[in-house]
Amino acid sequence: MKFHWFVVPFSAGLIFLILYLIILYTKWIVKLPKSDKKILSGTVFSSKIFNIVWEIFSEALLHIRIFRKNVLLGYMHSSFAFGWFLLIVTGAIETQLFASKPINHLYEPIFFKFFNTTAPNNSLHKAFAFLMDLWLLYVLSGIFLALSKRFYSRIMGLKKTTQLYWTDQIALISLWLIFPLRLLAESSTTATYQNGSFLTNTAGIYLEQHFNISNMSIYLWWAYSIDLLIFFGLLPFSRYMHIPTEIVLIALRHAGFKTKNEINSFSQIEIHSCSSCGICIDACQLQSVTNRNNMVPTYLFQKERYGKVLKPDLYNCLFCGRCEEACPVNISIINIKLARRKERLLKSKQNYQYLSKIQPTSTTTEILYFAGCMSHLTPSITRSMIKIFEHLNISYYFLDKDDTICCGRPLMLAGKIQDAQKLIEKNTDLIKASKAKIMITSCPICYKIFNEEYNLPVKVMHHSQWLSESLTDCNKLKLNQSAKTAVYHDPCDLGRGSNIYDEPRNVLKQLLNVIDKKAIQKEKSLCCGGSLADFYLNENDRVKIARNAYVQLINDEDYLITSCPLCKKTFQKVADKPVLDIAEIIVYNLS
Amino acid sequence: MNSDVLVIGGGIAGIEAATNLYLLGYSVTLVEQESELGGHVAQWNKLFPNYKNAHQIIQTLLQQLPGDITILRSTKIIHLSEKDRLFSVNLSNNSTITTKTILIATGYDLFDARLKEEYGYKIYDNVITSAELESLLRQNKPILTKQGKEPSRIGFVHCVGSRDRKINNLYCSKVCCVTAVKQAIEIRQKLPFCEAYCFYMDLRMYGLNFEELYNESQEKYGVTFIRGRLSEASETIDGKLILKVEDTLLGRPLKMTIDMLVLMVGMVPSKGTNFLIKELGLHINNGHFIASNDEHLRANHTNKHGIFVAGSASSPKTIDDTLADARSAAMAIHQFFKNSKL
Ligand SMILES: Cc1cc2nc3c(=O)[nH]c(=O)nc-3n(C[C@H](O)[C@H](O)[C@H](O)COP(=O)(O)OP(=O)(O)OC[C@H]3O[C@@H](n4cnc5c(N)ncnc54)[C@H](O)[C@@H]3O)c2cc1C
Ligand code: SF4
Repeated sequence: MKFHWFVVPFSAGLIFLILYLIILYTKWIVKLPKSDKKILSGTVFSSKIFNIVWEIFSEALLHIRIFRKNVLLGYMHSSFAFGWFLLIVTGAIETQLFASKPINHLYEPIFFKFFNTTAPNNSLHKAFAFLMDLWLLYVLSGIFLALSKRFYSRIMGLKKTTQLYWTDQIALISLWLIFPLRLLAESSTTATYQNGSFLTNTAGIYLEQHFNISNMSIYLWWAYSIDLLIFFGLLPFSRYMHIPTEIVLIALRHAGFKTKNEINSFSQIEIHSCSSCGICIDACQLQSVTNRNNMVPTYLFQKERYGKVLKPDLYNCLFCGRCEEACPVNISIINIKLARRKERLLKSKQNYQYLSKIQPTSTTTEILYFAGCMSHLTPSITRSMIKIFEHLNISYYFLDKDDTICCGRPLMLAGKIQDAQKLIEKNTDLIKASKAKIMITSCPICYKIFNEEYNLPVKVMHHSQWLSESLTDCNKLKLNQSAKTAVYHDPCDLGRGSNIYDEPRNVLKQLLNVIDKKAIQKEKSLCCGGSLADFYLNENDRVKIARNAYVQLINDEDYLITSCPLCKKTFQKVADKPVLDIAEIIVYNLS
Repeated sequence: MNSDVLVIGGGIAGIEAATNLYLLGYSVTLVEQESELGGHVAQWNKLFPNYKNAHQIIQTLLQQLPGDITILRSTKIIHLSEKDRLFSVNLSNNSTITTKTILIATGYDLFDARLKEEYGYKIYDNVITSAELESLLRQNKPILTKQGKEPSRIGFVHCVGSRDRKINNLYCSKVCCVTAVKQAIEIRQKLPFCEAYCFYMDLRMYGLNFEELYNESQEKYGVTFIRGRLSEASETIDGKLILKVEDTLLGRPLKMTIDMLVLMVGMVPSKGTNFLIKELGLHINNGHFIASNDEHLRANHTNKHGIFVAGSASSPKTIDDTLADARSAAMAIHQFFKNSKL
């Protein structure tokens, strides 16, 4: 039997890690919501399994999504994950093929060169030795990049990189040491036996000449093994927990699990899959413009795991969704934050008696118009919509003309679910009574909650969708083309929040020259700062965010166009050019 | 061209300061972007609290203005630079002035009421600003709705653009409460059958005779005061306005139909003031106006050596406060010259 006492630390660490993970994951999976668990067994025997394997390969190992953000950053992440994976797999095969005994121990592939000192003598064995050295070099190059990133993150497209928690820092150092130690330990053996390849053999000769490394050989193998123990021991308590957890996450996500209204063990899996890569830091405008850190997901999840999440960490957030869009692990950040707000079971002091006094309408029409509270503060938008309805001779009913009932989303965002529910019920009754088929709203905030939390017998449309349809639909709307230029700003709740990007652009293209601002449009659109979700942001900082976004959006174009009353109002405060809603610009161009 | 002091802005602050600086023995240049001096006060009619004639005040100030002062009308500042404690200022008439000190008296602009879109200014027919009403009164024009009718109910909305978190102006503009009271009285005098309502948060009747004017408006003219902020206005087909107000005294929402709405717009730093803040790197205060070096002891000094401020360029002020501040600025500059000669 091949044994030396230095293998004990490594083996103990690995056994501990495996047992710990088995227990933890079993606990999490057992605790998954019952209703969702059926889907799990279905998935195992379906074609989804291929998708799962592919995504684990492309995301947990290759990190393709990070490559798309920045090639160097992607290379760095992949070199650790994929490089180490290749070392393990190739090492295991090498041991199977070339070790003298048929049984290979848990640790033998890891310390292969120590136990198998015969130099490779056939071409297959040489090829394996070569590959093992190549993979080691691959990982080492990643460590070099990771070091540089700590000093100068901009080379990897990051303005800021995550400040680490202390356990993370120790784990990080132990991880970075594993591969240099492996190189040294292997070289100390190859110095005597020449049983490596281009890297370890050369390093062995060099280090033997200058440092007599073969004398230190056993200590280096001990150090390598102990360092592995430290890393494995710390992994469950550090950000490196993301390595095994992301694999579980990918599988469960394909099976159909989601974080919805509550934090359950699936959400825990999501939270532990955050690698603290820091890509969300630059995405957050509260970070880049107002220098706040506590709501940035990489830090929020740090607190979720080792500390305590405080109220401002949750309530100082625009809910613009830019972090979620940027996250390479696709964690459902917004739903997690919202679920944490909902958990607090806050209630408002509001009196809802007025609801009972509002009577449903007896008029029945095909089309309902629901302006929304925000649109009532921007009469330019509601009046434009009314003009368009009149222009097209459409009979409609203005549901919230006099007795405005809020859609409930602001309360929902505040975590006051029960209050929101009252409004949702009342609005649902009123909408049902109208017997309408289509309901058009001018507000993306309302649009989102109508789609997500209501159960309505009508088709809900944001006015930009309906306008786009009316334009294509047998040319119902006839418009004049103007030579003016405009930039279209995607409102958070309409764009990232509801995936409506093309309809407004289809409309605008027929009216004027829409100038693209690729870096800050569609999924990457900026938040205006007006958000109803943030309960801590002061007005000065809101203005700063709006100004910062505005100057990036408008250079010398004639208009800033948006399709949200809140964006319009927010940008107007800082704009030197007209800020118009899509409905207004249509009215300007009606022929 | 050389001068000891360049006064930028020919409103009442600029005029009063220039006069006093001249009397103290300095050579003064006064630059005004408009064709006439007088600033905002030249547009007003009868002034609070005693109905003094605004035109006469301007006339008196102009008569006192010494003829030796260089006055450049219709002239704008293009660029300013400093070298060896001397400022050189390029003007729109292609001339350059070299000056030892600059007094900024570029005043305020009216808050752009379109930013409170929920009140419907420039959207609904019968929403006007206090300045527009003042101009109707000055020209003695009939007060009529867009539909050509005499209004039977007029509402005055206080604090439009002031004391409003949502538009990031937390300060009080100081003159609009009492202007609303004055204008409501004038409406009642002109249109005895028209009711007048003021919607206010609290009434700031701090000056001498302000409270008397307020009492008179209620007792003699029957103006109604409703404490509460207007949340939104909407328009009916016949051009009337429906107001939604939370009556904070009675603690209930209130809906009211009126014929005409007057927005008591507040003061914001003027374009000229903002331009100079940027050009010269001046500090601003919480109201975004030019910050005093010390609000008690060096109220007319700015953070820049040799640059002073007077009048409403540093915060909202009434005419009395503006004139006093202008004279104080003249003394501050006088001290500056005396100290630098020692
Ligand atoms: C509706 C309303 C009614 C009022 N009624 C009264 C009243 O009854 N009684 C009372 O005491 N107060 C009243 N006030 C207050 C009064 O208007 C101010 O106290 C006064 O106008 C302040 O004068 P100023 O010189 O500081 O500023 P302004 O009057 O604003 O004058 C500034 C001058 O600087 C000029 N300027 C600006 N930028 C430049 C530049 N870059 N270059 C050259 N020139 C420039 C402007 O053209 C202007 O002439 C009222 C205010 C309002 C809004
Ligand atoms: S003076 Fe009156 S109306 Fe004007 S800002 Fe102050 S409180 Fe409001």
